[in-house]
This record gives sequence, C-alpha cells and structure tokens, in this order.
Amino acid sequence: MSQPLTDLTMLELAAALAAGKVSSVEATRASLARIAQVDPKVRAFLRVDEEGALRAAEASDARRRASGPASPLEGVPLGLKDIFLTEGLETTCGSRILQGFVPPYDATVVRLLREAGLPLLGKLNMDEFAMGSSNESSAYFPTHNPWDLSRTPGGSSGGSAAAVAAREVFGALGTDTGGSIRQPAAHTNTVGLKPTYGRVSRFGVIAFASSLDQVGPMTRTVADAAALLQVIARHDPRDSTSAPLETPDYLADLEGGVHGLKLGVPREYFTDGMDPEVEASVRAALKEYERLGATLVDVSLPHTSHALATYYLLAPAEASSNLARYDGVRYGLRARDVRGLQELYGQTRGQGFGAEVKRRIMLGTYALSAGYYDAYYLRAQKVRTLIREDFTRAFQQVDAILSPTSPVPAFRLGEKVDDPLSMYLTDILTLPCNLAGLPGLSVPCGFTKAGLPVGLQVLGRPFDEAGVLRIGRAFEREHDFFRRTPPCP
Amino acid sequence: MALTLEQVRHVATLARLSLTPEEEQRYATQLSAVLDAVAQLQSLDVSQVEPTSHATLASSLLREDVMRPSLPPEKALANAPASVGTCFSVPKILE
Repeated sequence: MSQPLTDLTMLELAAALAAGKVSSVEATRASLARIAQVDPKVRAFLRVDEEGALRAAEASDARRRASGPASPLEGVPLGLKDIFLTEGLETTCGSRILQGFVPPYDATVVRLLREAGLPLLGKLNMDEFAMGSSNESSAYFPTHNPWDLSRTPGGSSGGSAAAVAAREVFGALGTDTGGSIRQPAAHTNTVGLKPTYGRVSRFGVIAFASSLDQVGPMTRTVADAAALLQVIARHDPRDSTSAPLETPDYLADLEGGVHGLKLGVPREYFTDGMDPEVEASVRAALKEYERLGATLVDVSLPHTSHALATYYLLAPAEASSNLARYDGVRYGLRARDVRGLQELYGQTRGQGFGAEVKRRIMLGTYALSAGYYDAYYLRAQKVRTLIREDFTRAFQQVDAILSPTSPVPAFRLGEKVDDPLSMYLTDILTLPCNLAGLPGLSVPCGFTKAGLPVGLQVLGRPFDEAGVLRIGRAFEREHDFFRRTPPCP
Repeated sequence: MALTLEQVRHVATLARLSLTPEEEQRYATQLSAVLDAVAQLQSLDVSQVEPTSHATLASSLLREDVMRPSLPPEKALANAPASVGTCFSVPKILE
C-alpha cells in the first residue's frame, strides 16, 4: 500500500481487512507504532493498552478466519475518551479523584464495540469530568493540537480529537454535553457527531450533566461517523433515558445528497465576535450547498443569546449533584489523617477535584440551594423550553440548520485558562443543540491562513442523525480536507 | 451580584468541599462574575412557560423487573480505599 496504513479511514481499513490485504494485528501494531512516534508531543493518551488491543486484534483475525466478521468494522482499532468505564482498565475521567480506579464492568458502548470486534487502543485525555473546552483542566497534562502544538485541541474530548487528527487511532468515542465532541472536531480537522439525546446509551459513562450528556463518534470522515454510530446506537434497558427506537441503516442514504433540501442559516449564529476567517470559510461552504441544489433559508433562533447563561446554570447544577458520589468512601481518592466523616468528605473532595470542577460544583450548589432554586435553576429550565421551541419552529421551515461549529479557531494553550467566561464563550454555537437535545455534526470545511482547521456545524431534527450525516457527507464528497495530514509532529 | 466570603463558605459546606482561603477568595470573585453574566435570564418573562428537564424525553422508561446477577462483593469492594469483610470502612461517625 502506497500510503501509510494509519492514513486509511475506518471504512478503507475495513475494506482492506475484508479483502485480506491487511490483518487487524497489523493495523493495531501500526497504530501503536504511530502512538509511540507522535504521542510524546501530542499527549492525547492517558493510557495505552497495548496488550489488550493486540489480544483483541488477534481474536478479531481468528474470528474472521473461523466464522467471518462480527460486524462491518471488525478489526478496526479505536481509542476511547477516559470517561467510558472499561472493565479491568484504569478509568480516571481526567481527575485525580479517580486515579487508580479500575472499573468492575464495561460501559454499554464499550461492550458493543468489543462485541463488534474493534480492538481498543487505550484511554484518551480530556478535561476533568468533561468540564472544559481546551483539555487544560485535565488533572494530568494538557493535550496539544497536532495542527499547531502551541494550541489546544479544544475540549472536553480533546484527546480523542487530537488522536484521530494525528492518525494515532482510526476513530474514537467522545462525549458531548455542551459541544465537547463538535468543538474539538472543528479545531482538529476531524468529524464529530453528537447524536440526539437518548440515541446512544449512557450506562457506564461517567456522568457530568445527565440531561445533556451524549456519546458520539469522532472520526476522520462523515462516512466513518455513520459506520461507528451504527455500532453504538442501540436501545439499552440499563439507561432509563435511552430511546426505545429501532436503529436505522445510517449508511443506506448517506450518498443521497442535498438536492431539494431547505437548509436554515440562523442569523443569531453569525455574531460580532466571530473570527472573520471562520466566517468566510463557513460562508463559502454555504455557497457550496446552494451549488449542490439545496436552498438556503434565513431563520431566526431568537433565544440564542440566553443559551450560554441557561447552560451555565443547568450543567453545573446537574454536575454538583452527580459529583456528590466522589466522597472517598467506595472508590477513588480518600484523604488521609482526617477526623470524622464530614472532614473525610470535605478533604477528599478538596484535594481530589481541580479548579474548574470545584468552580462548577460551587456554582451548581449555589443555583440549587434554598432561596435560589426558583430564581436560577427553575428559571433556567424554563428558558431551556424557549430555546427548544426556537428549534421546533425553525424545523417547520427547514430540514437542517447550518452554522460555524466554533466562532474561533483553536486557541493557544494558557490563553483562556484564567478567564472562565471567555472559555465558556467558545461553546456558544454548540450548546443550544444540547439544551434542545438535537443531533449535531461538525464537518471540516477549510483552514485559516495560519493553517488552523475550521468546522461547519449541521444541526438536525430529533433522531434525524441520518439526515445530518447525509448533509455533512454531501459537502465532504466535494472536498479532500480530511485527506490533509497535520504538519506536526 | 457579588458573593460574600460568608456565602462562599456556606455553599462550600453544602457541597462538602474544603477550600483554602485563597480558593474562597478566588471563587467569590469568579462566581460573582458568572452570576452577573447569568442574571440576564431575569429579563425574560417565563411566567407562562413550563420547565424542560429532558429535551427529548416524556418520562423515564422502566425496565422489566427481573432478577439478574449483580457484582460479587469482592469485585464491588475492589476499589474501596478501606474495607472490612463485605463492608466499606469509614472513620467513626459518632463520638
């Protein structure tokens, strides 16, 4: 093969595996070699599971010979954000408080990947408890953007995005609570899909904000994202919020194009603070959609300006409740030399959580506390209804909504670390989608003059992942952005 | 809206979070800034609006109530910082 094995997309590798041109062990070894080569600089991995990955790859090759592949992606090695429980393999969620925690069971999505025969290469870095937009709140180390090592890959699934971009893995799973799949995808020239709330099981996924969290694929192409979603989208009786729906065939209509579709362009999403090169790149993509036969429709989502405030009340409130379980009693860190149970709780949490997590626990606790609940939490839930209704109205006019994924390209490490509000603003175009529970996709749509990737966001109706993927694929087919490899390392 | 140090300490107690004096100072400033930013929601009239707790979900789904094996005690206790027999061990809670 003329191109390096690690440059293949997941579906290209799957075809090569099916044709017997390459084995899963060879592909896994190629990924491991690439990780050894580039990860000292990118720092995407918290933990590489060489032994486990090679064992799974050998089993995959043997199964293919004996009884045929378990799934179309049989043998394709993947990485996992460190938020997914992996039986027998340390899972920290980027936090000191879970250092050394070895889960006694697999998350449902991890089980589905194993059953489908995908070797798992290890656990990828993330902002602590998925709270952050740059990977800098990881308790361990920041991940670097392969397109410019002085910049962040975005977050919170920054390790996953960087590993996919740097060809360390063929694809990865991330989670998205306010943009944590799509924003890092946009900043690394990769594809990220946040499915509809309820489409993918959250069982065994460490909770941040339970009404917003969703699991999704992070890949190099839209077609790969569709193929990976096919494996993980399944009703799970162990997650009471998992939707009891049949999983459609996401590849069946993928090449259907956009001819005749109405695509909404929300005027509120092209804001003053937007980077002009990002805007130019996205405007060019919009023109491309017109050329491909879609009609652009000006739409309004009037409550957009309230989404950030709504999100930064609801997500911390849910987080403060979810993170109450880290108390030093059953697992994880326990503070030493304490007197009594209250001090054990306080000291364990004070020592185990990082600055951003503490900030959000404090904010969430405040918003839920006696006397403030109605003014903050309940009011935010009501505004959430208004934001959701904005989308319901827009989708009466259009089939999907297009916008930039992030208003700015990847920023420098350290640039926003002491300014939480400025950091939060980078998610302003992604978080309304979580509040409304919609599917959202980020697709590479160009580069700035400095060579930083730009992402186009496609938002769809609830449970219309197939439509969102088809629209993303229509653009991808016309370009080769995904073929470009990062300049470094 | 400015948060006083006293309020910060009260919230930290509710959250079972031991903070250093520097952290108390920092969070008083930063949380005040965030609360100022979210105060904009007060300008909306939501008197006729129902709250949304889950966007795509009418109600939680219940699974069949059937017996199935759960984690054996040694596996459930494997990550415990301290355990005695089949119990988690904690410091004395009553003097």
